Amino acid sequence: MIRTFSESEFLFIVASARWTLLLTVLALLLGGALGFVVALVRTSRLAPLRMLAAGWIGMIQGIPVLMLLFLSYYGLSLAGVDMPPIVAASVSMALYASAYLGEIWRGSIQSVAWQQWEASAALAMSRAQQYRYVILPQAVRIAVAPTVGFVVQLVKNTSIVSIIGVVELARAGNLVNNATFAPFKVFGTVAATYFVICWPISLLARRLEGRLHARRPG
Amino acid sequence: MPVVQVEAVRKSFGAVEVLKGIDLTVERGEVIAIIGRSGSGKSTLLRCINGLEVIQAGRIEVSGHRLDASGKGLRELRKDVGIVFQSYNLFPHLRVGENIMLAPRVVLRVGRAEARQRAEEALAEVGLGERFEAWPDNLSGGQQQRVAIARSLAMKPKVMLFDEVTSALDPELTGEVLATMERLAGHGMTMLLVTHEMAFARRVATQTVFMHQGKVWELGPSEQLFGAPQTPELRQFLGSGLK
Repeated sequence: MIRTFSESEFLFIVASARWTLLLTVLALLLGGALGFVVALVRTSRLAPLRMLAAGWIGMIQGIPVLMLLFLSYYGLSLAGVDMPPIVAASVSMALYASAYLGEIWRGSIQSVAWQQWEASAALAMSRAQQYRYVILPQAVRIAVAPTVGFVVQLVKNTSIVSIIGVVELARAGNLVNNATFAPFKVFGTVAATYFVICWPISLLARRLEGRLHARRPG
Repeated sequence: MPVVQVEAVRKSFGAVEVLKGIDLTVERGEVIAIIGRSGSGKSTLLRCINGLEVIQAGRIEVSGHRLDASGKGLRELRKDVGIVFQSYNLFPHLRVGENIMLAPRVVLRVGRAEARQRAEEALAEVGLGERFEAWPDNLSGGQQQRVAIARSLAMKPKVMLFDEVTSALDPELTGEVLATMERLAGHGMTMLLVTHEMAFARRVATQTVFMHQGKVWELGPSEQLFGAPQTPELRQFLGSGLK
């Protein structure tokens, strides 16, 4: 039986955006924490550690997110670990985010002038103190705009987890479309919902970028 | 006991040996100017004294802290050695006062009130007492450099190193920074400065070192060294448009 695309279908799609948002937030929190460690290790003084972090970034960036998803969902369940789809989805999105955020933040740390390292070292600061009081506060300003930009990518890329059955925004659209055969309305609604989430974030990124550049000439 | 003792120090960058066995002693209250051509190793020597460059051979001792090729005891030594760079290197995300208070607070662990007092004293010493709340970017180059000097002073170092601190400044700003340094010298600070300001070296430095090809080529009381250079290299250096 074919249903019509009515208010309840519309609301079902829009409401499923909460899973998209939840996934984004989880991926950001977990991936951000891991990515921060990756960035620190990537800028370590010890070459083997740097290579380890570079290897991690290279590996995750070189694998489609889809494969991370399949590995953490099907792979682990074959190995006897039964993981609910939402957990597998969060884990793989977090791994994906960790590599990209790690790389963005590595670049931000390294774009702080090297003289700042020298000046703080000459004041007898330890490596940890240099990071905490001198380098990271400056790196954060540099990192804000590209990080917010990445969040937009992250929101849209969560659609990939629909493949393992998480009913987030994209999957909800699919389900409703199968029942209504009204693809234009359905996916129009889906796209509009993504847009409503992403557009303000993009605006924020642009504003932050403009403001930080204006504040600190040269 | 000398404040700084440098013995047979050697330093190479790759295959190029920049310091070829340097001996130098700085007594308390002395002001020593290091002059020489670009590439003579004078800045490298200064940077070795607080461990920004690691030496390959020899020995450096600053107020009882010993520095050798192992790099141990570096932080303890740096607490006693202030350095000011050509490019100021203030922390742009901190106000002037915070720039100065940071290291005393986190490195020496002095309380907030004492750190603030140290910062105010140091700023007064460089003549910028009223700029505590300013942002570094809003200061002139000469003022930034004086804040950098104050930042080092607040650590109460036993010796101050100055690495071509006026080379990026125009003559007027150079004058204000040199006046600050002269005042410090007058207050008894032990100072070691790499400089191209020959008149300043001659007037303020108790001793001057002429470095040439990675060695201490000539050393003596400034008046004597500038007035009666002994080696043809120094005569040529002083004669080449620097008078």
